[in-house]
Amino acid sequence: MQLFYAMLSRDLTLAVRRRRELANPLVFFVIIVSLFPLGVSPDHAVLRQMAPGVIWVTALLATLMSMDNMFRSDYEDGSLEQLLLLPGPKVLFVWTRIAAHWASIGLPLMILAPLMSLLLHFPAYALDSLIITLLISTPVLSLLGALGAALTLSLKSGGILSSLLILPFYIPLLIFSTMAINACVNHMPAAGFYALLGALLIISVMLVPFAVVAALKISYH
Amino acid sequence: MQFIHKYASPRYFYQWAEPWQRRLAMISVFLFAVGLYWGLVLAPPDYQQGDSYRIMFIHVPAAWMSMLVYMLMAFAGVAALVWRIKVAEVMIGQCAVIGASFTALALVTGMLWGKPMWGAYWVWDARLTSELVLLFLYIGVLALHSAFEEPRNGARAAAILTLVGVVNIPIIHYSVEWWNTLHQGPTVTKFDSPSAHISMLMPLFVMVLAFKAYFFALLFMRVRSEVLAREKRAAWVREQLKREEEMV
Repeated sequence: MQLFYAMLSRDLTLAVRRRRELANPLVFFVIIVSLFPLGVSPDHAVLRQMAPGVIWVTALLATLMSMDNMFRSDYEDGSLEQLLLLPGPKVLFVWTRIAAHWASIGLPLMILAPLMSLLLHFPAYALDSLIITLLISTPVLSLLGALGAALTLSLKSGGILSSLLILPFYIPLLIFSTMAINACVNHMPAAGFYALLGALLIISVMLVPFAVVAALKISYH
Repeated sequence: MQFIHKYASPRYFYQWAEPWQRRLAMISVFLFAVGLYWGLVLAPPDYQQGDSYRIMFIHVPAAWMSMLVYMLMAFAGVAALVWRIKVAEVMIGQCAVIGASFTALALVTGMLWGKPMWGAYWVWDARLTSELVLLFLYIGVLALHSAFEEPRNGARAAAILTLVGVVNIPIIHYSVEWWNTLHQGPTVTKFDSPSAHISMLMPLFVMVLAFKAYFFALLFMRVRSEVLAREKRAAWVREQLKREEEMV
């Protein structure tokens, strides 16, 4: 447990000191969301209907944008190898890294998304569903994204490739989240969708870190 | 375990797969001839769709193979990751190439059938969408596999991705199904094939077998040549090539 806190505080400190880098995906999110009214239509009804999908797709892309640096700098300066050589379960390290990543992108997105949804005339009474879906799903986005980053770690052009690999796996999250939000907008119960998203979160938390560890080891063959 | 290692060693595989490759190729040519003639000429036209339904004899086996090949690729992935069997490593990449082709074939034939039947090449139906996602998964495996300079690392990375994909495919499938049924149901299911008559099912069955034989013949051929290329410095390859030259 001590190890867990030590690694988590290291990752978070690093994240805070690199805050300019961290802000880039968030700025990306804001800009892309504001492009849609320009490209499609400024009509209230159209925007309102598009809002959940636009915000969610953009959140996926922003998370992927932030993913490339998750292991890369540690890989290049050799500290990743030392971290993998530490005694104790290696998934622990992966969990802390993903938790730190989520704190630096998932949490800010949860604050930004409701603000941006107002620009798209998203009804305020359904805002809680938007926040709940983001709360449950953004950790899964970080987990799966970590897998993509780990698989492409030793490759030179890893960024775009890891997006290609991981985006299909984001489809269930996208579907269930937008369905939950739409249900809420139409005054229908959304609890079932939250349960499904929660199930996806539990499965990914349990299984994905092991795949990430296996993928990281490939880089050292 | 020793039994597996013996038969899965590149040298043994190269040798025992050779006669099987030839037999399966002949079987598939025969079955294709029978199935295509039966399906395209002898089988009666559909009372609703006329002759357009005959594309099913290509479309349905290709769609089935697209899923079967992914499962096989996952088995090869387990064998490659757990036992580090070289032939299984080679198989992952070759399965991905062939599987992606089957998926693309199923999608294209489905679109060609959809135009006269639904009036559009593409409908966001649950089945079509999950087949499209399957194609994306195959492309991902292919891209990752070929991005590594060291082919063994590429195979291991592709194996991990395939296994994650196998867990994900049912989730993606059901999420897409629920998404679709809430959006638009009857426009698609209305056209869904009523349970087919036996005179149409028999040629379909022959075509399915033909596709299976064709797949394994092709897989053996590709894996054997890839094994030769990877092991080109090994002594047995030189001996083997010398022997084959003498036979010619």
